[in-house]
Amino acid sequence: MIDFEFCSTLAAGYPVALQGFTDAVAEFFGWPKANVQNAFWSLAVASLCSICCSLVGCFLVLRRMSLLSDALSHSVLAGIAAVYLVTGDVQPIPMLLGALGAGIATAVMTEFVHRRAAVPEDSSIGIVFTSMFAFGVIVVSQARGVHLDLDCVLFGDLAFAGIHMRPIGGVLWPESFGNLIPACLVTMAFLYLFWKELRLTSFDPTFALTVGFGASLMHYLLTTVVAIVTVAAMDVVGLLVVALLIVPPATAALLTSRLTTMLLVSIVISLISTWSGYLLALRWSSSAAGLAAVMSGLLLCLAVLLSPTSGVLGRILRTIRLRTRIAAEDVLAGLFRQQEASASPDLRISVSLEECHNLAGQPWLTSAALRWLRQKNLLAGQDAKLQLTDAGYQYGLSLVRSHRLWESYLLENFDLPADHLHIPAEDMEHFIGPQLQNRITEELSAPSQDPHGREIPR
Amino acid sequence: MGDQTIIVIVGTALLGIASGMVGTFAVLRRRALTGDVVAHSALPGLCLAFLLFESKSILVLLAGALVSGLLGAITVSLLTRLTRLKDDAVQGIVLSVFYGSGIALTRVIQNRYRASNESDLESFLIGRAATMLKSDVLQIAGVTLAVSIVVVLLYKELKLLSFDRQFCSVQGLAATPLDFTLMLLTAVTVVVGLPAVGVVLMAALLIIPAAAARFWTDRLSGMMAIASIFGAVSGIVGTLLSAHWDGLPTGPLIVLTSTSLFLLSWIFSPHRGIMASLRRPTLGELEAELPWNQPDPIVVDFVKSSASVKESSND
Repeated sequence: MIDFEFCSTLAAGYPVALQGFTDAVAEFFGWPKANVQNAFWSLAVASLCSICCSLVGCFLVLRRMSLLSDALSHSVLAGIAAVYLVTGDVQPIPMLLGALGAGIATAVMTEFVHRRAAVPEDSSIGIVFTSMFAFGVIVVSQARGVHLDLDCVLFGDLAFAGIHMRPIGGVLWPESFGNLIPACLVTMAFLYLFWKELRLTSFDPTFALTVGFGASLMHYLLTTVVAIVTVAAMDVVGLLVVALLIVPPATAALLTSRLTTMLLVSIVISLISTWSGYLLALRWSSSAAGLAAVMSGLLLCLAVLLSPTSGVLGRILRTIRLRTRIAAEDVLAGLFRQQEASASPDLRISVSLEECHNLAGQPWLTSAALRWLRQKNLLAGQDAKLQLTDAGYQYGLSLVRSHRLWESYLLENFDLPADHLHIPAEDMEHFIGPQLQNRITEELSAPSQDPHGREIPR
Repeated sequence: MGDQTIIVIVGTALLGIASGMVGTFAVLRRRALTGDVVAHSALPGLCLAFLLFESKSILVLLAGALVSGLLGAITVSLLTRLTRLKDDAVQGIVLSVFYGSGIALTRVIQNRYRASNESDLESFLIGRAATMLKSDVLQIAGVTLAVSIVVVLLYKELKLLSFDRQFCSVQGLAATPLDFTLMLLTAVTVVVGLPAVGVVLMAALLIIPAAAARFWTDRLSGMMAIASIFGAVSGIVGTLLSAHWDGLPTGPLIVLTSTSLFLLSWIFSPHRGIMASLRRPTLGELEAELPWNQPDPIVVDFVKSSASVKESSND
């Protein structure tokens, strides 16, 4: 696949761009100059891939078009095959145009089969791209004589991006720059020109339609740009362009809800993945694109677990915290009720630790709840003799007030039998603050007793 | 027709039957690309099985592939449940990350065993149906039999699950284990077909015959039968074409055959087809048939009688 001799003779004729810089870095760290140069340009190519894939990928993820990119990356083969059938040659520019045409044709045909044949969208994607891929494979399998190889089309390799060089203006640049820089420029121009429309049609297609802006134009423009980016990046990362298009943007979508932030975060994540993927590939002499996909997958897992807003760990922690608070509040309300029922309401009763455990009701959270109560100075005393503090008494009073107000409110408005009031109120009492208490009081014109005939404390 | 061709024909036809049955559920449940995800996710398992057990036994490799394919499918449902990501993004993520790790492992294997042909990525992608062995056909036959038995036994439950999942769980049927059963059937079918037709074309074999069958019937049993027939026909015709034009790869020809069946169904289906829509009456014709556009019988009688009066008066 790689013609090393060709590369070396080419390299002998011209100096490589920025050679001074890479040589200086190599000398500073004492690394071999050729390796540093290769790595530098590979990473530069990887960065360009990351940037343009992330920029369009965010919109793919937002518009639920992720699988289209998978389809595009496969059907590109059909375009290349078709061009080969027509021209009988493998010139780069017609090939690029053919690949691009195949990408757009995939999107159009998917939509057509979905609408006209009433086939579900996912099936229609599956039908179109697999058929095109099959056609491509058949043509390519017959073209072994010419330099048209499945390997070249489907499995690009980042590790060689820094070796494949091409002279422009007397110095050598990575050959992939010829595809990737235009792809980046097109993507950025597209985002700059249609920013407003893209945002509108991505987030609220119905509204876009009602203000007279059909989403289908944006759909096809975006598809065209995706096809350009896919074709450009496949040269370097092969079929795994799908990973760069979807995984970092999806990770960014988990971390933020703002579009601009999402684009930036996605680029950063993508850069981390491709760079670490490349370096790991050097170390284990494996595939850079494959390891970049794996790294981006690991980063996604981290985001799923640790995302501040929607992370799984955060959600578990929040649930535990809420449950602890509820257990603690159950203890306070229970103690308040006992105090209320006791013969001498002014003398604080004291209870044992065991009774507190019973009141909390959630065995595995009780000790945390009791610790929380002591920390907040709501409960005082030693193990056998626990007492409410003044603040604890007030807190318990407020809870019981919420509970009984809610019972009255339910009876008034929902026509529930009296024995069905306690359980919903038991849940609700933890979420009624002073404001809601006041509103219920107003609405029920300041009731003094709950439906069970107990006094509503103030 | 040589013995080898017959072996390949039997194998691909059986594979077509199994994937027609499983694919019907995939298409109806809008999970057409599950097969694609499972097929891509199978690669790392295949490679790991090879690296860990140093075995070229196809059963060991397929077991590894099955485990990681299932793992991929489970990851899809986990991520859909745990995060706010949409299912299309989740499928893309799982597919590309698993496949990426598979490619990385493949490269490691290629470096370690330079002489070995076992780890050929290209054949994983497009398959090698032409070199199918009798043992491969036996595996496929076993899977086809198992799939049909499970589908027949759980027919009622799976039908309910496909058309009304909520009603299914309300009726007390365990929807999640049923989901998993379908996932398992898909994974087994995909994995056993991988050596023959490869990743992408296995996905095609699940989707296209089932989508084509949908044109002909509104009944689940009918759709499954037609999808199996289409699958089998694609396998047989594709293999014959590949035998006829020596050197054309079998897998892609099978897919293109089933695509042709899809197009033919689309054109000629009696209710949903293009021809049917051409024959369909126009709006004007339909309007003319409306009751209030029919001549009023009283008026007709009156006109007739007045005509006869005129005739008699003319006499």
